Amino acid sequence: MATTATSPARESRDSVVIRFAGDSGDGMQVTGGRFTIETALAGNDLTTFPDYPAEIRAPAGTTYGVSAFQIHFGAVDVMTPGDQVDVLVAMNPAALKVDLKDLRVGGTVVVDLGAFTERNLAKAGFTTNPLDDGSLAPYQVLKLDVTKLTLDAVKDFGLHSREAHRCRNMWALGLMLWMYGRDREVTVGWLKQKFAARPELAQANVAALNAGHAYGETAEMSEYGVGYTVRRAPVAPGVYRTVSGTEAIAWGLLAGLRAAGLERMIFAGYPITPASVLLHTLAGLARYGVITFQAEDEISAIGAAVGAAYAGALGVTSTSGPGMALKTEMLGLAIATELPLVVVDSQRAGPSTGMPTKAEQSDLLQAVHGRNADAPLVVLAAATATDCFDVAIEAVRLATKYMTPVILLSDAFLAHAAEPWRMPDLDRLPRFPVRFRTDPAGFHPFLRDAETLARPWARPGTPGLEHRIGGLEKDYDTGHISYDPENHARMTRARAEKIARIANDIPPQSVALGADHGAVAVVGWGSTYGAIHQAVRRARQDGVDASHIHLRYLSPFPRNLGELLKRFDRVLVPELNTGQLVQLLRATYLVPAEGLNKVQGKPFKVSEIAEAIR
Amino acid sequence: MTVTTITDAELQPKDYASDQEVRWCPGCGDYAILKAVHKAMAEVGARRERTVVVSGIGCAARFPYYMSTYGFHTIHGRAPAIATGIKLANPELDVWVMTGDGDGLSIGGNHMLHVLRRNVDLQIVLFNNEIYGLTKGQYSPTSRRGTKSPSTPRGSVDYPVSACAFALGAGARFVARSVDTLQGHLVGVLQRAHAHRGASFVEVFQNCVVFNDGAFDNFTAKDGAADTQLHVEHGKPLIFGARRDRGLRLKPGKLEIEVVTFSEGGVTPADLLVHDQTNRWLAHLLVALEPPGFPVALGVIYCNPAPSFEALVHAQAGAAGAGRQPPDLAELLMTKEGTWTVR
Repeated sequence: MATTATSPARESRDSVVIRFAGDSGDGMQVTGGRFTIETALAGNDLTTFPDYPAEIRAPAGTTYGVSAFQIHFGAVDVMTPGDQVDVLVAMNPAALKVDLKDLRVGGTVVVDLGAFTERNLAKAGFTTNPLDDGSLAPYQVLKLDVTKLTLDAVKDFGLHSREAHRCRNMWALGLMLWMYGRDREVTVGWLKQKFAARPELAQANVAALNAGHAYGETAEMSEYGVGYTVRRAPVAPGVYRTVSGTEAIAWGLLAGLRAAGLERMIFAGYPITPASVLLHTLAGLARYGVITFQAEDEISAIGAAVGAAYAGALGVTSTSGPGMALKTEMLGLAIATELPLVVVDSQRAGPSTGMPTKAEQSDLLQAVHGRNADAPLVVLAAATATDCFDVAIEAVRLATKYMTPVILLSDAFLAHAAEPWRMPDLDRLPRFPVRFRTDPAGFHPFLRDAETLARPWARPGTPGLEHRIGGLEKDYDTGHISYDPENHARMTRARAEKIARIANDIPPQSVALGADHGAVAVVGWGSTYGAIHQAVRRARQDGVDASHIHLRYLSPFPRNLGELLKRFDRVLVPELNTGQLVQLLRATYLVPAEGLNKVQGKPFKVSEIAEAIR
Repeated sequence: MTVTTITDAELQPKDYASDQEVRWCPGCGDYAILKAVHKAMAEVGARRERTVVVSGIGCAARFPYYMSTYGFHTIHGRAPAIATGIKLANPELDVWVMTGDGDGLSIGGNHMLHVLRRNVDLQIVLFNNEIYGLTKGQYSPTSRRGTKSPSTPRGSVDYPVSACAFALGAGARFVARSVDTLQGHLVGVLQRAHAHRGASFVEVFQNCVVFNDGAFDNFTAKDGAADTQLHVEHGKPLIFGARRDRGLRLKPGKLEIEVVTFSEGGVTPADLLVHDQTNRWLAHLLVALEPPGFPVALGVIYCNPAPSFEALVHAQAGAAGAGRQPPDLAELLMTKEGTWTVR
């Protein structure tokens, strides 16, 4: 494994958490994204957490307009965005006001003096200037006039003052790249490409980036401290890139489309935060066989996906909680007509509109049970950004093999969080080719496969298989409409049994960390993976006999899950809701599982879970 | 089992009927519409394996079960959404949407608006009986004011929507009207709808014998029909009446239509409006005509084709590379932002 040369003036760190915070128009997401890429290229493991307001441009300088991007990177296995911030870059007083509480005592705060005007201080709600009143005494404070330094750096490019001012984020990025010994070539190339149509903007941004970097290298910086080195992380050999959960789901769906041997995916969505990015990502990928459709509403989006599935394509729709509520009736139709369908739910804080940009895991019961009547389907959850790829493929496999809707639960955090990804060997991905029914002999639309109980997928256009399906109950033996009481009971049981049997076709539940028995099992699902894993690791280092169990399959559960849980004295279930998986586990297995619940629109801190394990 | 392939030309109307017993009320107008659809399909040589009939919920929505084609009985109001997905997945399919006034203009009004404005290549047949039949007789969005029903015992107070005015307003490029009892006329209109590429909207006045019997008698009753119906034909003057002596013309100096009689005031057929099916303004005027002052316009009121939605979507996707051998997924995963190799 290669290591970077360590400058004698640099201190070494195992891992560091940086948060870039500023006004929502200050370009903090871009700054964080660029820092992420340079950090990944430097070989660190990392996790990011973009935290931005729902308002596109809230009034400048206000606390509710603060947009932040946090990155945790290190020479060690990094699994969470970090409990506490080591370095806070605050581009204005409002950012300092909002984000200072997460800075560890002794941490570094970089402020743009030029933004600490009386007007901005007042807008942020400060009555005294925090730079002068001693409130920053517990921290190391770097007061730099980033505004003036940026304007000086870009003055030769003839920009309007507003455009020149917007280069501040690149100056701050340059300084942070210097501080951690990062390259900036890739970002320079990216800026040139991004502003190809406005060369003067590209030059000015590059100049600001270089000026921030040079500032760190000059003597002016030494009075504040030194740069840091974070060694490469020990990772498995392979080709890596960074990936967000959304990208991984998009590509996983495409990989699933190929694995199923289907020609076409119809992806139908309606704009909703934070799910829209999946629609945007797939919209550019027509050459891979995906047609995207922006429908008039959530119902039409899932309706088009159901129609596409009926016609023999892979039907996919994507939404967030309120949209899931609207899709409910159509899910029932897909269950009744037994059509394959993938529904991606990027969960967000609720109820109702709630906090659209903030993550929560509160759609689990809706996914598993939230339909009229007995309407079972498959529910899967992705644990990390990279896991999204595999889970999306699995969603396609189960949907097409069992002729059932599959709900894939993601969340607002996973949708945007990025981490390094060792690219899979695409030739070794699973294959599960769909076999459309073509033989009219003995055909009826609800004739079930003896093993899977799946009905045949018979596409319109196939001669001799003309048939009618619908939401009305069908006769088990002929597929025609039936109101027969015994038949309805039989069909209800058949639909449930079909989903239940999937437990035989998925891996038994494994233990992510620790033994398969012991004092405490910490059972999670979804994006809490990293925090739970680190907390269990910490507990084990402290001598607690704890294990981490993380569920990908939430309906049906893996067949060994109940037996596994019963081998632990205690079952602790951390969730970003008020206790949904814990209810399902208690109801299904009669285990005395206890919940650990957080509903602040923020991920768990490792320390919060570690505390509960004790 | 041996399957004998029947060529299109051999199919008779009865070949489009399924083996299921038809279960509408005796005397329901739906029987006549079903018969007309079977006939129209035989006339156009529709291939059963390529034909899909999609419906929502309501009496009209039972339609697919009585067809020997592919069929999908979906949920209330959503047939246009499902039909759009079918056409996107396979533009080669010939897709019909069967809907009603409640299904298509109330619970599914939004989908109807968008499927029409997008111009998805579908035949949309709206059975308008001005009542909710399957739920036992509540007033519908097309019911006239004052309709007494179980939910409006003192008469409805809200104003009805005009199906064809709605369709035109939504941007439909084919709007036609017929009546369940005008079998020959209806078959012709359905054939025209089928020939039109894009969304074809056909309103069929359909009598509900149980809950709204005789709702259209004021212009469908045999004895007065000639005087209350205006059968429009492209390029022909707008003439009606048992003696073919009345017609429509624009009121001089106004954007209003008036009925004129040839024998009076020196009016001749040359003074009359000539039907132009590509004139959207004329179409708006025609669909608004109502008895008693005016006849009801029937036939193809508006037909002005433009490329259909699914054709444009697939053309765009094709230009972006769809349909050719898809590139290696690995290329997609290789990012411009940079990859790195750990050895």
